[in-house]
Amino acid sequence: MALDKNQIAKRIAKEVKDGYYVNLGIGIPTLVANFVRTDISVEFQSENGVLGMGPFPFEGEEDADIINAGKQTITTLPGASFFDSAFSFGMIRSKKVDLTILGAMEVSENGDIANWKIPGKMVKGMGGAMDLVASAENIIVAMMHVNKAGESKVLKNCTLPLTGVGCVKKIVTELAVMDVTSKGFKLLERAPGVSVEEIIKATEGTLIVEGEIPEMVLD
Amino acid sequence: MQKAHFFIPLKSEKQTNNMITRKVNSVQEALTGITDNMTIMLGGFGLCGIPENSIAELVKMNVTNLTCISNNAGVDDFGLGLLLQKKQIKKMISSYVGENAEFERQMLSGELDVELTPQGTLAEKCRAAQHGIPAFFTPAGFGTEVAEGKETREFNGKMYVMEEAYKADFAIVKAWKGDEAGNLIFKGTARNFNSCMAGAAKITIAEVEELVPAGTLDPNQIHIPGIMVNRIFQGEKFEKRIEQRTVRQK
Repeated sequence: MALDKNQIAKRIAKEVKDGYYVNLGIGIPTLVANFVRTDISVEFQSENGVLGMGPFPFEGEEDADIINAGKQTITTLPGASFFDSAFSFGMIRSKKVDLTILGAMEVSENGDIANWKIPGKMVKGMGGAMDLVASAENIIVAMMHVNKAGESKVLKNCTLPLTGVGCVKKIVTELAVMDVTSKGFKLLERAPGVSVEEIIKATEGTLIVEGEIPEMVLD
Repeated sequence: MQKAHFFIPLKSEKQTNNMITRKVNSVQEALTGITDNMTIMLGGFGLCGIPENSIAELVKMNVTNLTCISNNAGVDDFGLGLLLQKKQIKKMISSYVGENAEFERQMLSGELDVELTPQGTLAEKCRAAQHGIPAFFTPAGFGTEVAEGKETREFNGKMYVMEEAYKADFAIVKAWKGDEAGNLIFKGTARNFNSCMAGAAKITIAEVEELVPAGTLDPNQIHIPGIMVNRIFQGEKFEKRIEQRTVRQK
C-alpha cells in the first residue's frame, strides 16, 4: 500500500534527531511536527521569524501577531525567540538550521528541485524555498512519486523552472525512501506492500537498487 | 585647573529635553509627499504586521503607478489587495503572492508587472539598503531563472548570485509600540520585514499601535532606533486580520 500524507510525515519524522533545529515547509512537511519523538529536544524554525514554534493555540487564544510561514496562528514554547526576516535567513544561510523538510513538484537524479512555478498555470512565488534549498546542508523532500496522471515526478531532469540545483539529499514519497547520490537515486526502503518493481516503474530517473530493499518501519 | 568638558548643552535652562521628535499627528501628515510613480516598501508578512492605516490612506490618496516592495500582496479585500483592486500598483516586488485572486488575474493579463524574489534575498535587499551596503552575494536562486542576467561568483567552492540593495522613496512599517523619538518595538512575528525596512528608504514612516512619550520605553528593549524613522504616528484603528486561523481543542 502506498503511504498517505500522514505516513510520509511519520517516516520523515524518524530523520529528526536530538538537538536539531528544523525548518518545515508547507503541506506534508508541516505534519512532520506531529510525529517527532517526544523524548528528544527539537526546535522548529519558521522563516518569517520565530524559533521554538509550538502547536496551534487553543480556540480564543489566537494572536494575529504570532504566525508561522504558512500564515497559520501558532504558539511558542519555552526557549522560543522572535527575530526579523533578514536575521531569519541569516541563520539559514549560515547553516545554523540542521534540517530543512520541504515539498516538491519534481526532483531530478542530480538533486535539483522544482516547486515554485508551473509556467502559464501557477505562479505563486518561491517564498523562502530558494534560500532554504541553496543554503541547507540537509534537505529532505516530501513528495508524491507520481502525479495524478500517473507520470513520474522523480526524474532524470526537472521539466519545471528550478528552485535549486544539486541540493536534495533524501526523498520520501508514498512509495519509497531514496537518497540522492552522484550516480542517481539510491533506493533505501519501500512502503509496506509496495514492490521494488512498482518503484522502478514509477521512477523516471536512474534508480539504484542494491540487494534486499527493506520495508519502511513506521511505528 | 580646567574643568573636564563633556556634557550635552541644554537648549535653555527650562528645557532639559534635547530629543529630536519624529512624531506627526495623523496618517495624512505622515504620508505627505507620496506621489504617483514612487517606489514604496511596505512591511508585513501575509497580513501580519502590515501598516494597515497607511494602506487605507494610500487608497484614499489615489496615488497610482506605484512600485511596491512587500513580501506578499495582501488578500483580495485587505492589505495591498486594496491597492490592487483600485489598480494603483504598477509593479509588485514580492516573494509569494498566492493568496490573491485579483493579483493573479492582473499578472496573467499583463496589467501588473511582477518581480518574484526569494524571501531571504528580499529581506537582505532591504537590510542592505538599511545598512548602506550596495550589493551582496547570496546562494539563493543560483542556477534558476532568478539568477538570469545577474553576476555570479564562486566563493570557497560554492556559487553565489549578486543582488543589489533596493532603492525606495518611502518605507512604511508597522510596530507595536513607538515613542516620539521614533524608537520602535515590535511584537511576535509582526517584526518580519518591518524591522528590515525601517530606514531602508529615503523617508521612513512608522505607524504604531501605541505611541508613548520619549523616556517611557526602556532603551534596552528598542528594536529599531528612532534615527531610522522619519515620521511616527499612532494608527487610528488596527483590525489585525488573521489569514489562517488555526486552533486546537482544549
